[in-house]
Amino acid sequence: MKKDSNFFILVISIGLFVCVNIFLMASGKLPFSSNGFGIILGAGITLAIYSFLYKDNPAFKIAENLYVGVALGYTIIISWYNFLKPDLYDPLLVPIFSKAATVSPRYTLIIPSLLGIFMLLRFSRKLSWLSRWTFAFVVGLGAGISIPRVISAFILEQIKPSLHPVFSGGETVLSSINTLLILLGVISVLIYFIFSVEHKGAIGRFSKIGIWFLMISFGASFGYTVMGRLSLLIGRIQFLLRDWLGILQ
Amino acid sequence: MERFLRIDHRIIFAIITVAVIVSLILRFELPIPASEPVHGIYQKLESLPKGAHVMIAFDYDPSSKEELQPMAVAFLHHCFSKDLKVIGMTHYTGAPGLADQAITSVANQYQKKYGEDYAFLGYKPGAASLVINMGENLYSAFPKDFYGNETATLPVLQGVDSLRNLDFLFDLAAGTTIETWIVYGKEKYKFELGAGCTAVMGPDMYPFLQSKQLVGLLGGLKGAAEYEALVGKKANAVSGMRPQSVVHVIIILFVIFGNVVYFTTYRKKQR
Amino acid sequence: MNFLKRTIPLIIAFVMGVLMAMQYFVPHKLSQDLLEVVSRWDRIIAGFAVFIGAYSLFHLHWTRIKRKVEGWGYSVFVYFGAIITVIFGLINGGKFFWNDKQDGTTFDWLYYYVQVPAGATIFSILAFFIASAAYRTFRARTNESTVLLIAAILVMLGRVPIGNYISQYLPAIADWIMAVPNLAAKRGILLGVSLGAIATSLKIIFGIERSYLGGGD
Repeated sequence: MKKDSNFFILVISIGLFVCVNIFLMASGKLPFSSNGFGIILGAGITLAIYSFLYKDNPAFKIAENLYVGVALGYTIIISWYNFLKPDLYDPLLVPIFSKAATVSPRYTLIIPSLLGIFMLLRFSRKLSWLSRWTFAFVVGLGAGISIPRVISAFILEQIKPSLHPVFSGGETVLSSINTLLILLGVISVLIYFIFSVEHKGAIGRFSKIGIWFLMISFGASFGYTVMGRLSLLIGRIQFLLRDWLGILQ
Repeated sequence: MERFLRIDHRIIFAIITVAVIVSLILRFELPIPASEPVHGIYQKLESLPKGAHVMIAFDYDPSSKEELQPMAVAFLHHCFSKDLKVIGMTHYTGAPGLADQAITSVANQYQKKYGEDYAFLGYKPGAASLVINMGENLYSAFPKDFYGNETATLPVLQGVDSLRNLDFLFDLAAGTTIETWIVYGKEKYKFELGAGCTAVMGPDMYPFLQSKQLVGLLGGLKGAAEYEALVGKKANAVSGMRPQSVVHVIIILFVIFGNVVYFTTYRKKQR
Repeated sequence: MNFLKRTIPLIIAFVMGVLMAMQYFVPHKLSQDLLEVVSRWDRIIAGFAVFIGAYSLFHLHWTRIKRKVEGWGYSVFVYFGAIITVIFGLINGGKFFWNDKQDGTTFDWLYYYVQVPAGATIFSILAFFIASAAYRTFRARTNESTVLLIAAILVMLGRVPIGNYISQYLPAIADWIMAVPNLAAKRGILLGVSLGAIATSLKIIFGIERSYLGGGD
C-alpha cells in the first residue's frame, strides 16, 4: 500500500513538472531551443535531487547516478583535450606516426609516460609491483620539494607575525592586546597538541587556555560552514526561480 | 514540550525553503559594507596600471559554483574595466566550462578580444608540480591554451614567461589550492597573491592574511556580495544576502529554541 | 624479485626526496632545469591518476550490474551518462577528438545542463541537514560547547548585513573573533600540521614510512 502511494506521488510530481514546463514554453518564458530544454533538464535534475529531502526515491537515484556518469565522462574528455593531447599526443605520438609533422618527437616524454602506465598496472595481478616505482617517484618527489617550502612558507612566515613587537610605534592599545592574545593563543594551542607530556601543572593550564581558543575557532568555523552551505542552497533556488520559472529578474 | 525535540525534520526543511523563496522574491535593500580583507583585493587591483597581467585560477567545480562563480564574475568585471590582461587557468577537471563561461561572458561586455586582452589556458593536472612548472616556465606548463592555440603566439602572454612576471594572481578555491599557491608558488616566485574561497574555508585563511601572504580574501557569498557592491555590479551575490540574513536568524532561533526545549525537558526528567 | 619490488622503490623515493630537497638550495641553472623537467614529469604522471579513478568507478558499477545487487539498475545510468558524454566529447562538434576542442558542442551542453545543476544541488542539500542538526543536536551541555555556540552565533549574525541592524557592534565583534582567537587557533593547528608533514616527509625519504608501497610482498 505504501509502495503504491509513493509511486502515485512520484507520477503526480513528474506529471506536474511536465505541465509546468509545457506552460512555460507555451507562454514564451522558456525558449524553444537547446537552451530551453537544457534549463528544463537542469531544473528536473535539481528537483529530483531535492526530492531526497522528502524521501529516498528512484528519481533521486537516477539523477545522482546520471551525474556521476556525466562527471566521469567530462573528466575523461577534458583530460584528453587539456592534458593527453597537448602534452603527449601532439609532441610525442604525432611526430612519430605522422609524415606531415613539422616538429621532431620529444622522446624524453617516454619516461613520464612509462611511469604513468606503470601506475595503471596497479590493477594487474602480475605486474602491479611496477606501480610502486611510480608511487615511489611521486611520493619521494613530493616529500623532497615540500620540506624546504613548507618550512619557509608555513613555519617561518607564520612565526614571524606571531612575534610582532607589541610596541613598535603607531599601534593602539587594542591592537597591542590583540598581538599578545594571538601569541598566547598560538602557544597554548601548540601546547594542547603535545600529547607526549602529561597535561598537568603549568602545561595543563596552558593547555586549557588552548582549548578555549580552539572552541572559539570551531564556533567561528561552524558559523562560516552554515553560511557556506546556505549559499549553495540560495544559488539553486535563484536558478529555479529566475532561469526556470522566470519569477525573479 | 518533549514532542518539539522529535519534530519531523521535513518541517525544518520546509521552513528553510519558504524563508529562502520569500526573501528572494521580496526585495529589500541591505547595506553591504566591504570588510578589510575584501578591500585588500580591491585596492590591489586599483593600484595596477593598464595592461598589467592578472592570472585567475578557477580552482573549483560545480559543487562550489554558487559561491565562487559570482566572485569570479565580479573580479573579471573589475579587471576588464581597468583594461588589465587576464589569464585564466584551473587545477580542477570540473572547472573549465564554468571558467570559460565566466571569462567569455564578461569579456564580451567590454568588447575584449581573445588572445589580445585575455586567454584561458585550461586545465592541467599536478597541483604542486603544476605550480612549480608554471613558476619555472609557463609555456612548458601550458604549451597550448584551452582552444588548442600555441601559447607562445598569444599577444596577451607577451612579457609573461613564468609566474615571476605576473602582477597579481587571484585564486578562486574550493579546496587546498590556496595553500598550494602559497607554498609552491608565492614562496619562491614572489608574485602578489589574493584569494576567494568558500565560506567553509574562510576561517582557515586568516593566518595568511595577517602574515601578508594573501593581500586580501573574499570569503563565501558575503565576500562576493561585498566585491559586487565595491565594483558597482550588484548581481546574484548581493541579492543572495537577503535570504542569507533571514535564514541565519532562523537557524540561530532553532539553536536557542532547541536548547531551551532540551534543558526544560532535562530538568523535568531530573525532578 | 624482492629487489625490484621493494628495494628499488625505496631507492627511488630516497634519491628523489634528497635530490629535490637539495635542489631548493642550489641556484645553478642546471638545478633550475632539473626542477622544471621533474615537475613536468610529475604533472604528466598525475594526469594518469585520473584514469585510475575512472577505472575504479567503472569496475565498481560493472560488478554491481553483473551480480545484480539491489539497485543495480541505477548503475546502468552511470554507464549511460559516461558513455554519451565521452561519445559527444570525442565527436567534438564534428571535428573529432584528434582536433582541438570545439566550443558550444553537445558535450558542453551536457556539462552545463546536467553536471553543473546536479553537482551544485547535491552539495546544497547540506544546508537543510545543517539546519536540522542545529535544532536537534547542538546543545550547550558543557562550558566549552557553550563558548562554541556563542562564538558561532556572533559570527553568523556579524557576517550578514542584518547584523548591523541588530547592533552596530556585531560586525566588529565578528571581525575580532575571526582576526584574533580564530587566527591564533588556526595558526597553531597550521604549525602543528606543518611540523607533522615535515616529519612524515623525512620518514618517507628515509624509508621508515612505507605505506605508499601498498600491501603484499
